[in-house]
Amino acid sequence: MSDILLQARHLNKTYRQRIGALGLKSQSIQALDDVSLQLKRGSTLAVVGESGSGKSTLARGMLRLLELDSGEVIFDGEDFLALDKSSLRNARRHMQMVFQDPFASLNPRMRVGEIIAEGLVIHQIGNVRQQQDMVIQMLKKVGLQAADMHKYPHQFSGGQRQRIGIARALILQPKLVVCDEPVSALDVSVQAQILLLLKQLQQEMGLSYLFITHDLRVVRHIADEVMVMQKGKVIEQGSVETIYNAPQQKYTQQLLSAIPGHGLRAVAA
Amino acid sequence: MTDILRIQGLNITPAHAPERRLVKDVSLTLARGKTTCIVGESGSGKSLTALSIMKLLSAQLRMQGQIFFEGQEISHHQEKAMQGLRGRKMGMIFQEPMTSLNPVLTIGFQIGEPLQAHLGLKGQALKQKVAALLEQVGIDPARANSYPDELSGGQRQRVMIAMSIACEPALLIADEPTTALDVTVQAQVLRLLDDLKNRLHMAMLFITHDFGVVADIADEVIVMFRGEIVESGSVAQVLQSPQHPYTRALLACVPDAEGKKILQPMTYDWLATA
Repeated sequence: MSDILLQARHLNKTYRQRIGALGLKSQSIQALDDVSLQLKRGSTLAVVGESGSGKSTLARGMLRLLELDSGEVIFDGEDFLALDKSSLRNARRHMQMVFQDPFASLNPRMRVGEIIAEGLVIHQIGNVRQQQDMVIQMLKKVGLQAADMHKYPHQFSGGQRQRIGIARALILQPKLVVCDEPVSALDVSVQAQILLLLKQLQQEMGLSYLFITHDLRVVRHIADEVMVMQKGKVIEQGSVETIYNAPQQKYTQQLLSAIPGHGLRAVAA
Repeated sequence: MTDILRIQGLNITPAHAPERRLVKDVSLTLARGKTTCIVGESGSGKSLTALSIMKLLSAQLRMQGQIFFEGQEISHHQEKAMQGLRGRKMGMIFQEPMTSLNPVLTIGFQIGEPLQAHLGLKGQALKQKVAALLEQVGIDPARANSYPDELSGGQRQRVMIAMSIACEPALLIADEPTTALDVTVQAQVLRLLDDLKNRLHMAMLFITHDFGVVADIADEVIVMFRGEIVESGSVAQVLQSPQHPYTRALLACVPDAEGKKILQPMTYDWLATA
């Protein structure tokens, strides 16, 4: 077993955008421009960039939630882009996603227990009794209670909902978890709790994270490797220490110096 | 007198449940040329406090207490009198620049509205003032005829800022004005606001939950928790030697860019002993 879980080579994706008064003309936007990356098992790769940098397109493209123009994605030793429908469904079990908005990403008409168990049902894992046990176990793992499975999403706070989102993603014991801005909609006090929970679960379950964010302070605390994107291109890539202590590219330096709170740094130390 | 605004004993309660206080006994003063940040989590009452200054609270809420603006009590002002203040003497910027601009009006028209309404500017004089304002916030004046959707998020927030300072208010209230922006754009907008505050010698009330932003922009800091002010003081005092356990706990969960700090989850243990 190779120690690389996910590898992407030369990914390209172009969108066409209508422009002009009536949208009669169009221009193409290169959302991904020859992007390559690799993610080691059990580690966290943070993809950092501002809006429009292509970081979400990258994640969605690799999961085949949108179609790429060209490139190669190797997931767990398999050519992921070449999988047919049924093998794709199987492989998806091993890659799950945690979304940004814990209010929009949970179905308000489903009970928490149903939301978390849905993956088990789809992939036909265990009988009803076993599924329920797994849901209860998972709820406890993310810091909620067994009784919470009978409640609806609106009965929870933002942080608790994000815990539900995490439980839903992890119940299938995936190898890869793609976290798309999982803490940016949360209060700072709740943000720390969720970051610590994600770290703890990573160790317990041996998870690999592809962590998409625009917040460089969060990256510093969660990532092993960092990849900086701008306008669809990879600007710089390296270990979290190298990127923060010795950024080579001007854009990375700009991003780092724009982090608010220079006055706070002296305080934190 | 340098105090622009003084709030004394502000309480806000839902109309149907007067015993539930959403804001409890809040008192504060804002001085000319100074930025005061209110920091707190969602539900701490920071936005309600700001809205009550402008008398923009929802009709479901009741407010008690005294508010003095430039030495004059405005707590009993009727809507008509408040309209003369809002946009003229008090400017406000909101978090979402897209939803706070009217999508079917050009940005030039929207920036011009307070100038027409309060100062009676029109024609060429109005045009010139709008162009000067756009220039002041770093947008090419030739874009006055653009619509909000033709601008980026940062540019829209600059338009909001131009609108809010059009009549050179004495007080500028900014409610999380950079939360929706990218970090490099956020840094630019913060610098712009600080610069305008100095140039126009305004008092600025800045609401945020980000201690990094506080460290960059504040002179004074007010920390709110569940409707109450738990701590206030100069930015150096509050950030470097926080006195209240809540402030300390809140600071401990802010990630730092160096990664040196060990993140602590929020605790409310002190509530039991307080």
